Amino acid sequence: MTVSAAQPGSVPPVTHRLVADKLVTAREAVLLVRDGDHIAIGGTLYSRTPMALLFELLRTGRTGLTLSRPLACHETELFLACGAAERIVTSWVGIGLRWGLSPVLRHYVENGLASYDEWSHLALGLRYKAAAMGVPFLPTRTMLGSGLADRTGTQRVSCPYTGEELLAVPALAPDVTILHAHRADVYGNVQVDGYRHMDVDMARAARRVIVSAEEIVAPEVIEAAPGSTMLPHFTVDAVVEAPFGSYPHECYGRYEADFRHFDDYVALLREHGPDGARRYVDRNVLGQADFAGFLETAGAGRLDELTRAAQELTSRAGNTT
Amino acid sequence: MSDVTPEERMAITASRLLDDHRVVFAGVGMPLLASGLARRRQAPHLTIVLEGGIIGTRLHPGQLPISTNEMRAAYGAPMLTDISDIFLYAQRGFFDYGFLGAAQVDRYGNINTSFIGDPDSPKVRLPGSGGAADIICLCREIFIVTSHERRRFVDTVDFVTSPGYLTGGESRRAAGLTSGQPAAVVTDLALLDFEPQTKEMRLRQVQPGVSVAEVQAATGFPLLLGEEITELAEPSAVELEMLRELSGEGPAGPRAGAA
Repeated sequence: MTVSAAQPGSVPPVTHRLVADKLVTAREAVLLVRDGDHIAIGGTLYSRTPMALLFELLRTGRTGLTLSRPLACHETELFLACGAAERIVTSWVGIGLRWGLSPVLRHYVENGLASYDEWSHLALGLRYKAAAMGVPFLPTRTMLGSGLADRTGTQRVSCPYTGEELLAVPALAPDVTILHAHRADVYGNVQVDGYRHMDVDMARAARRVIVSAEEIVAPEVIEAAPGSTMLPHFTVDAVVEAPFGSYPHECYGRYEADFRHFDDYVALLREHGPDGARRYVDRNVLGQADFAGFLETAGAGRLDELTRAAQELTSRAGNTT
Repeated sequence: MSDVTPEERMAITASRLLDDHRVVFAGVGMPLLASGLARRRQAPHLTIVLEGGIIGTRLHPGQLPISTNEMRAAYGAPMLTDISDIFLYAQRGFFDYGFLGAAQVDRYGNINTSFIGDPDSPKVRLPGSGGAADIICLCREIFIVTSHERRRFVDTVDFVTSPGYLTGGESRRAAGLTSGQPAAVVTDLALLDFEPQTKEMRLRQVQPGVSVAEVQAATGFPLLLGEEITELAEPSAVELEMLRELSGEGPAGPRAGAA
């Protein structure tokens, strides 16, 4: 039986990749994205977001994108405000309670300018996982009886062994998964410290995978700690070196998120409404030669502060309850 | 103590519901404060789990996370896993308690965090479920913690993001939700539960100095009353001190640049 790409649950065959040097620039890597693609964004909320790659993607002027992510943060708002994305698939949108409801989400979705397919956190995770496993759906008890199940048209399935009724969440296979990691070798063996979020499943599910890393290391460095490797080379198309590549979001153990930057962004939205997000892109993306230029606006002192804070937090010492 | 804030009152009331040697699926904000307080007081072996994939976070007083996915949420945790995996522990049945907030909650404990108004043409598009729908479907005992306002406590939610007892009676079970159940609603005015047969929300205790009429006035549907409505104990000096130290209202200050 053949299934069309548009059919819920359809999972494309994997891409054959060579054992080859895949190191490219961010600018070269995002050429893998086409207009209308579904992009899965690694990390979650303001953690390990592949910001350097996303800024470069914004620069290409691609349109008609669908973005999916476990919890969507300010990066997703930027794509909505620039007219790059018209559909988001996630379980939550915002920066955090302290920054209030997203005026960008409200403007685009309430006025029908973009659609928001809402799934529960686990349901979205199982959708990536189904595609990562190469099956069209996974059965689950979550989201049963909810409006989310009705609104997404998710079907039920009867267990052939016990007769139990379960929800059958359809596989979600991104066209391109973009993620940021702590280290990778040029072949695309990828390591992270701390949380893995939904990165592994969304990468294995995707047709194409772009990985940026804080550091490009020799294969021997990867081999010295194979337990930290979350993706093998044959799942990855392109590798990009991007120190502070998640800034202003955090990278576990490396640097904390820059809340002052969020405060400034939200102040722009308060002043200019959704147009504030476009101004943000003009200033921080289009107004810079590259991501390094954007990092310079933060200042080395600020990056040092965020680095020290991260090191203190993950050193496991101190006063705990 | 007159200087107790409504948030502190809710966190302390919620923390008392947590027993030792249990596993609680908490969220940031009030649930984390309640869970952290319980660990410091009556439940030192309470395991706090967060949806970022953290098992056994120990919390850094005054430096609590805003996101369950940021590194400070993992402070002192013995195990980190991925997001889907943490929810699959819940689906397997390992998590005794789950905490939820609510933009709207109805008489059967259904929660809406998606839309105000018609979902096809919403007046307000709220952020969404996050893990809330999963927590209410998969954890054993669910505690809903929210401020008690008429606009929140509605007869029927505009949208069921997180299914409580649905239309009451056996409807939750009939929908396939066989493991957990909403157990209590904690507010700044009262502690409520659900009548065992009809599954309607029921007033059990009021916060100190609050009358039944005040609770009813802040509720958008006729409240079922328990047989004997008693008053909750005032927050003790110890509870308040522990809570304030944890939240950073005490000696350790909150994260710089707070909005």
